[in-house]
Formats: sequence, C-alpha cells, structure tokens
Amino acid sequence: MVYQVLNDNNLCNYYTYENHPGSTQKNTISKNKYEFLDDSEISNQLLDFSDTKLSTVTFFIPDMHCASCIWLLENLSRLNPAVQNSRVNFLSKKLSITFLTQEITLRKIAELLATIGYEPLISLEDLEKKSESTSHRKLYYKIGIAGFSFGNIMLLSFPEYLAIDASSEVLKQTFAYVILLLSLPVFFYCSWDYFESAYKGIKQKFINIDVPLAIGILALFGRSVYEVLMGYGPGYMDSFAGLIFFLLLGKIFQQKTFDVLNFERNYKSYFPISVTLSKGKEERIIPLSKLKVGDRLFIKNGELIPADSILFNGNGNIDYSFVTGESVLVNKTPGEKLFAGGKQVGSKIEIEVLKDVSQSYLTQLWNNFSFDKKNDAGITSFANSISKYFTVVILFIAVSAFVYWLSIDVDIATTVFIAVLIVACPCALALSTPFTLGNSLRIFSKNKFYAKNINIIEKLAKLDTIVFDKTGTITVQSEAGIEFIGVDLTFSEQQMVSTLTSNSTHPLSRQISNHLNIKSDLILEDFIEIPSQGIKATFNGNTIKIGSKDFVNSVSVKTKSHSEFGKANASIVYLSINDEVKGYYKISNVYREGISEMISSLTDKYEMYLLSGDNDSEKENLQKIFNDKSKLLFSQSPYDKLEFIKKLKSSGKKVLMVGDGLNDAGALSESNVGISIAEDITSFTPASDAILEASEFYRFNKFIDFSKKSLRIIYLSFGISVFYHIIGLGAAVQGMLSPLFAAVLMPLSSITVVVFTTLSTGFLAKRIKLL
Amino acid sequence: MSVIIVLILFSILIAGGFLIAFLWAVKSGQMDDKYTPSVRILFDDEPNKSESKIELKDINKNVSK
Repeated sequence: MVYQVLNDNNLCNYYTYENHPGSTQKNTISKNKYEFLDDSEISNQLLDFSDTKLSTVTFFIPDMHCASCIWLLENLSRLNPAVQNSRVNFLSKKLSITFLTQEITLRKIAELLATIGYEPLISLEDLEKKSESTSHRKLYYKIGIAGFSFGNIMLLSFPEYLAIDASSEVLKQTFAYVILLLSLPVFFYCSWDYFESAYKGIKQKFINIDVPLAIGILALFGRSVYEVLMGYGPGYMDSFAGLIFFLLLGKIFQQKTFDVLNFERNYKSYFPISVTLSKGKEERIIPLSKLKVGDRLFIKNGELIPADSILFNGNGNIDYSFVTGESVLVNKTPGEKLFAGGKQVGSKIEIEVLKDVSQSYLTQLWNNFSFDKKNDAGITSFANSISKYFTVVILFIAVSAFVYWLSIDVDIATTVFIAVLIVACPCALALSTPFTLGNSLRIFSKNKFYAKNINIIEKLAKLDTIVFDKTGTITVQSEAGIEFIGVDLTFSEQQMVSTLTSNSTHPLSRQISNHLNIKSDLILEDFIEIPSQGIKATFNGNTIKIGSKDFVNSVSVKTKSHSEFGKANASIVYLSINDEVKGYYKISNVYREGISEMISSLTDKYEMYLLSGDNDSEKENLQKIFNDKSKLLFSQSPYDKLEFIKKLKSSGKKVLMVGDGLNDAGALSESNVGISIAEDITSFTPASDAILEASEFYRFNKFIDFSKKSLRIIYLSFGISVFYHIIGLGAAVQGMLSPLFAAVLMPLSSITVVVFTTLSTGFLAKRIKLL
Repeated sequence: MSVIIVLILFSILIAGGFLIAFLWAVKSGQMDDKYTPSVRILFDDEPNKSESKIELKDINKNVSK
C-alpha cells in the first residue's frame, strides 16, 4: 500500500537509499484516530505558527529510523501539493511542516503521515507549550564571543609576550584600552553564569566549585582593569579571556543531550489526547482537557481509562499493568469503579467519569510524590565537596602572604594577595569534572546507556544499595518460555488451540497463540470465555477447553503436578479435548540473559533488594540469583516501593533503583539514582535519571565499574592541577607572578587536565570493553 | 606608527564581522541539528520525469508534423 502511494507520486527512490526502509510499517490506523485534530482549540495549540495563508506544525515521529525516512519525509510536498515544505530533525525525530492553511487540515496531514507509515505521536504534553532550545544556543553565543575576544586579546598581547618594548607610549596605551574593551563582554556576558551560581551557593551557605572560580575571575579581571587604567599595560586579560573560553568549552562538552529521550515524562505523555464521548447514540471525539465529571465515554480495546470512573455498560477486562506492574486482567462488571491508567482489553465499554483527570488515583500519585525536586543531600559532587577546603586554604595562603609582605611594602603585599587569588583559580579542577564525565557519558551512550547528565555518573559511583524491580526488569514478559507437557498434539489439534486462544484477550491466551503461531480458517462455535477460569469452544464437533485445572475438569492430572509448578515459578494452563485432558502448557517467566552473572557479581559489593509487584511464587529461584543477604520483597504496590526507598534513604543509604514501568515511577524518582530499563528507548519510560536499553542490561555492572573509574580519573587530574597550583603559588607569594607567566601556566594546566582526562577515559573504556 | 592602529582596528572589524556571522548562524538554528544536514546532502537530484514527458510530447508533435 505504501509502495502504491509512493509509486503514484514518483517517489520510488525511497527504496534505493536503504535496504530495509519501511521496516516498521504499522498496520491500519483507525479511521477516527486523528479526528481530534479538527478541533480548532487543539490544532491551534499544536501549530507553531499560523496565518490565513501558511501554517507551520512540528510533529514527533518515533518511527523515523533511516536515511530513507528523511528523504521521504522531506519530499512530502510531492505526496500532497498543499504541503509547502517539510524539514526533518533526525536526532530529535521531529518533522516540521509548512502547509497552506486553506488547502489542507492538520488532520489530513497526520493521516497522510500515518498512511506512509510515520504515525505522528501527539501527546498531552505537546499541547502545553514547548520549551525552546534557547539555553543551548546561549552557550554557543557565549563561546563565540569568548573565543573572539580571547583570540584578539592574544594577538594584541604579542608585543608583551615577546617583550618588544613599544617605543611609543601612545601605542602601548591604545593596545591596552582595546584589550580592555574586548574583555568587557567576556566579563559581563560570558562569565556571568559563574557569578550567579557562586552567589546562589553562598546564599545557601554552601561553597560550590564556582565560589573559588568566581573569586579568581574577579581578581584576574579587577587587577587587569586596574593595570590598564593606571597605564601599566594590559595585565592578565589574555589569561582571563582564555580561562573563560576553556570553561565554556568544558560546559559544552558535558552538555550532550539526548533529544529523543525524555527523562521527565509524567502521566501526560501516556494519556490520550482525546476521548470518545457518548451522547445518546452519538459518538463525539473531544480533547481530554474538556472532559468533565459526569461525562460518559466509550473505551475501546487497548485504550486507556483517562480518569477514575464507574463502569456503566459492557464487560470490563482491565489491564492495570501500567499502574501496578502486574499483567493480570481484572474483570469488572457494570457499577464497579475503574481507576485511571487501566487499559481495557476486549470489547468496547461505556464509562461515566467520577473525577477529573488531575484528581484521579494515578495522577494523584504523581502530584503527591516528591516529583518536583528531589533533594540529594546524600551525594555531593567531588568538585563541590573539595571546593570548601580549597577556598579556605587559598584564602589562608593569600592572607598570610599579605601579612608577611605588609611589613616590607604595602604595594607589593596587595599585588601578592591578588596574585595568589589569580593563580589559585581552580580552572583545571573545574574542567576535569565536565571533561571526564562528559566523555563517560558519551561512552555510555555508545553502549545504549543514556544518563540525563554528568552528575548521574558521579552519583552512580558512590552508591551502596541497589534495588531491582522484578517484572519487566529482571524477567521478560514478552518471550516467556512456553512448554507443552502431556500427550503430543497433532497439527489439527494445535490448530484448534491456536484458533481458540487467538480469540481471547487474556495475556496467557495471547502468549500461547503467539507461541503456536498457526494461521487457520477454522470456524469456532459456542465460544465461551469465563473470566479467571478459562475458554471453551467447539470445532467440527470437538469441544476444546483451555484454562484452570477445575475448569477443564481434569481428574487424571493429579495435584502432584500442581505443587510442582509452585516451585517452577510458572503459570499452568490445562488443555482438554472432548473432556480428555491432553496435558498442560507451562508458561514460565524468563530471566533476561546474563542477568544472574551480572547480579551475583554485584552482591559482594552492594546491599541488594528486590521489589516485586507479583506474588512470591518465584522466591526460590530468585534467591539463588541474589545471595542470602539480599532481601526479596513481594506483593509491593507502587506506594510500598516508594516508601521502601524512602526508608532506605533515611537510614543513610545511597540507593540505586532499577525499574521499568510506571508502577516504579515513584521509587525511581525517590531514589538517589533511578534507572529505567526500556526495550525500545523511544517508547515508554517513566521519569528517571538514566535510561538503559534492555539488551545491555547484562553489562550493568560494567557501567557501575566504569563510573567508579571515571571518578578516580577526576581525583588524579585534581592531583595534576594541585601540582600546577603549587608552582603558581610559589611564584605568587614571592611577588614574581608576571602576566606572561600566568598566561603560560594557566592554559597549560587546563590543557594538561583536558588531555589527561580524555585519553585516560578512552583507555579505560577500551580496557573494560566498553569502546 | 599610527598605521598600525588603523591596521588593528581593521583586523578587529573583520574578525567582528565573522563573529556576527557566527552569532547569526546560531540564531538561525544551524547549531540545533548537526546530523540531518549531513544525510540530506547525499540525496541525489533525481531526473525529473515530468520534464522528460514534455520533451517526448514535443518530439511526437514534430514527428506528426
């Protein structure tokens, strides 16, 4: 179908760019899926710009994955001439489209994208105004200006470096003033963040790394301005501009952002943007924001219940795995209460809304928990913790040098005092952290472990407790191992089982039908599904029953096998044909590959816990993987998990939480570091500090190991910078710090640290095979 | 000696021009997406079929004449 659309429009080049374009082709979309885009309120919120002629809109397209995708999406105008222009940002998977307002509607565009296989993902978050990437640009402005000033000041300082004695005093003065002029934007614009951060730190009675940095910058600049105005020369302006330039470079280095990933997701990303309202016999699609208490809604198969409500009509089979993590369907009959976040499986139901979306149980969870700002008193970064002592020592040296020289000469004493402050500027220290951790961040991301920022890596190295979630994290739901134990089934029998199970929406049925994967055109009659019992149907006179032991009426299979399965941590589904029990399907949870090795290598060093929303049927198996010291807790609600982490933290532990679903969201955000495991990084991840692709989970211990090594590199580079400081301070206290000496020493120490950290992180990563 | 001052002013002016060009480039969004343009440049301008059709028609006309 896609090919047809493309061929009609002469876009077959699509197939020449990559071998497997369109591999993520989704099946048919429902006709009304984008009906909500016709609502002018929603469409206005989505549009970036609109007037009577042209409009611009930006869609997030998760299925974009190759060069062919870019090519096709950028040639959208050939599929529909009303589209004027389309531009792809591949890394953030965004497509911005300019179109003729009169000719095509937003809904048509969304449907056009969906027909060629690129369904735009529109979530509630998009409606609330998007944050622009201006902060990113600001840093580039600053670097541009600092680099410009740094270069020109260096150029103008050359006569000083080469000790060329300018014969004309006027020339020397002009140079000095031009230099002063160039340095003003560096001081007032580029370095402003450091003062702001230092001020904030002092205000909170906390000396961060920016405090000594700000003192150093202030001393450098102040002293240089004084020298220029007094006519002594340009002072240390070159060192000053260079220092700021390097610091900003460090900032941009640590600022690797993963545009596609969203670490701050809340329920709004998952909730539908619109709901189907039932008014009498009519169905109308309205935006979720217009939903009122008392409205009646239709929830179709696979749709999420947006707000707490009462089941009004139909047979509810609610999958609460979104909230609780347990993938067991809950059966509801009309009149029963449904909670937001549940997913209806099966036939259409009608519900009446009881509470607002923001007041519902699940959303309350988000509002109640410490989601806003987490306090991390437990772990401070190395640079910040050392800067307290650093500042005190420097001030002590400066004052004592001042006092010593005071007895000899007041002028020299002041010069020495300033010189100590200048040379003690911890630029190398301030650079070591962003460069080391920025590098680690890149190495991690190459291995599909994406951390929100560099602080996470440092925190990762300092943890002492690890808490795992079970379902979805340690075990895989999708490829649960299925075994049939009993009489061998003939093909036609398997066919019947497959057809029968494919008609049920129960997770176990679906697993069996996926496992058998037989297509057939058998016609089933008298299909009956008894919730939490089993299913039954007749094929050509053969009655098949699949379900619990009592349901299939098994007499021959004794309780012996039943107790067996309790140990084997599996679900058992019995099968009988014409009331003769053929055996049972054993559906066991599968642990992720390499998980037990990974965990057992961590048990010596860390306190380990396991929290599971499920019952304790697997306790023995898990206890083997974890050692005896580790505690395994079962039947934990999302709230229990959160409280558990809180308790660990209040007892002084530094906690790492590894989880996957929304049910872990509270615990993930409460822990010091929360890592969410994702099968596919662009899909479903709750708010967390880092996202790890499930396929790399078995190397998790290596990531922790490497973060520790990174920290060691920072310590070492701190040693290097201290070495330079001692040389510099030695010169400074003797009153011998010339501008030239400073101009050589300060960049040299910065560059040494940068080179050292970059090389050593690369080397270590190769050694533990992360590169 | 004043020639060197003029020289310095000129050099700074030129460098300033480049600085403004850089700032303008950032502002226009060139630093926002550093990957897609590298792919985009590889797409060929394909031969335009509609044009060749017209040519064919012209030829046919000429033949019929």
